[in-house]
Amino acid sequence: MTTALQTYRKSKNTIMYALCILSTIAALVPLVLIFYHTVSLGASALNWDFFTKLPKPVGETGGGLANAIVGTLTLVGLGCVIGLPVGITTGIFLAEFGGNMYGTVVRFLTDVLNGVPSIVTGVVAYTVIVLPMHHFSAYAGGFALGILMIPVVTRTTEEMLRTVPQSYREAALALGIPQWKTTLRIILPTALGGIITGIMLAVARAAGETAPLLFTALNNRFWHNTLDQPIASLTVFIYNYGVSPFEDWIAQAWAGALVLIFLILLLSVAVRVATRPRY
Amino acid sequence: MMTIVDTNSPGTAAASRSITPRAIKIAADSLSCYFGSVHALKNVSLSVAEKSVLAIIGPSGCGKSTFLRSINRMHELAVDSRITGTLRLDGEDIYRMDAVALRKRVGMVFQKANPFPTMSIFDNVIVGLKMNGLRNKKDLSEIVEWSLRRAALWDEVKDSLSKSGVSLSGGQQQRLCIARTLAVNPEVILMDEPASALDPLSTAKIEELIHELKQQYTIIIVTHNMQQAARVSDQTAFFYMGELIELDDTTRIFTTPARKQTENYITGRFG
Ligand SMILES: Nc1ncnc2c1ncn2[C@@H]1O[C@H](COP(=O)(O)OP(=O)(O)OP(=O)(O)O)[C@@H](O)[C@H]1O
Ligand SMILES: [Mg+2]
Repeated sequence: MTTALQTYRKSKNTIMYALCILSTIAALVPLVLIFYHTVSLGASALNWDFFTKLPKPVGETGGGLANAIVGTLTLVGLGCVIGLPVGITTGIFLAEFGGNMYGTVVRFLTDVLNGVPSIVTGVVAYTVIVLPMHHFSAYAGGFALGILMIPVVTRTTEEMLRTVPQSYREAALALGIPQWKTTLRIILPTALGGIITGIMLAVARAAGETAPLLFTALNNRFWHNTLDQPIASLTVFIYNYGVSPFEDWIAQAWAGALVLIFLILLLSVAVRVATRPRY
Repeated sequence: MMTIVDTNSPGTAAASRSITPRAIKIAADSLSCYFGSVHALKNVSLSVAEKSVLAIIGPSGCGKSTFLRSINRMHELAVDSRITGTLRLDGEDIYRMDAVALRKRVGMVFQKANPFPTMSIFDNVIVGLKMNGLRNKKDLSEIVEWSLRRAALWDEVKDSLSKSGVSLSGGQQQRLCIARTLAVNPEVILMDEPASALDPLSTAKIEELIHELKQQYTIIIVTHNMQQAARVSDQTAFFYMGELIELDDTTRIFTTPARKQTENYITGRFG
């Protein structure tokens, strides 16, 4: 009797274990394929020039995407300037003071914003920034990316702050620490790891966007001098080069994709190391 | 009015204590606490003398924690909470004071030790002062040593002050929380079952500590452990269903209580 039950349990355990392994493999296969494909097609176009030179005109070979690499970093940086402060403060509000009607409304609107297609955000940025300024600009692109980042940052900040046990808030307040310092200097650092994850997700999402940039930052085959000019970005170059009939452009598009992946990876690692917990 | 007697010198303080009754530190008058429609504390009036230990006993849910948390105004953090009646600290209405200023004077030690996980032992002790603007490094380390010594933890952690606060054992963590409370230099310390999660040895340490601390602080301690109440307190209050049933000298409560309910509870015959 017991042995039969034991065998049953053991086989059930084995089956579940096998299912877990299979799911893991299923999840990893696309990742590996994408990575393999990008490396094999893009590596050939990667050289020193790619990181240091401007794109060459049609017909000339060589050149690089230096301006697009700097452009993507600039656009994401501008996006962070808008997206992080708004997202983090909204997240703090929702987690610490959002237990009322107002909080429910803000939470709902954040979810709606999260569901808005990025191309729509691009059109909005076009309307409120590009039209009044009469030209495309890095500012407009950064604005669009910032808007896209806000809901991601807001919701992860809220979720992560909620995981901090109430007892820490009480302990801090009971020491005579004012509410705002309790939130900013005790609760926020406790949840920092998770919030950083959310920020990096938002950064990765922003860095990978193409559609909203087509209406805002447009593109630029040269270096931008100021931020109120059109600016190049890796994604728009990948889009343009990828659909071109020229073989070396297509190879450069793959190389651009590879660089974009590594750029985000590098950024994530750097931020993680810089903000790692002390204990 | 100015007094000529220097109350800080030990001789006169001892002398005056033996003649005059101790000043009242905390006084509750017809205090009622609510959570929405739950009437958790009903019409409680009591007073606690300066530099004495009051133990609060009573069955689970009788309002012990609620009473404690009304004194440092943690009660008002709960949604829909409400208070009627008055609470005074040195004669001053607690609910007319600034809550942050009040909490610097009335510290609290919780049931579960909760050192801040992102901070070192050193920072855990000093956090209350640091967040309120104290910056001088020398002052800070002096206060850390003083507080840890008072909390009987110094010898165990003096070589690892930069380690994480949560790397300590449960009993050490609780003493760290006491040190953290002492560092702010409060006048009153509220303890909500401070030893209920600790082993007998750590518990004994905390109790010893309470004896030490009452030289300087007024202490109110909630406990489910009758022996503990008998050992550490001067006075004991018995709460039942949100009401204060009896308050008297601890020896009297545990030998000849005036009320039948009290006797039933302390002898374990309670339903
Ligand atoms: N946040 C809250 N919201 C609603 N009701 C509460 C809340 N906290 C406590 N209560 C209620 O108030 C009453 C008193 O609770 P309290 O925590 O003061 O009891 P206690 O004597 O400390 O019990 P224990 O010995 O179990 O800690 C209980 O009936 C409880 O259900
Ligand atoms: Mg309690």
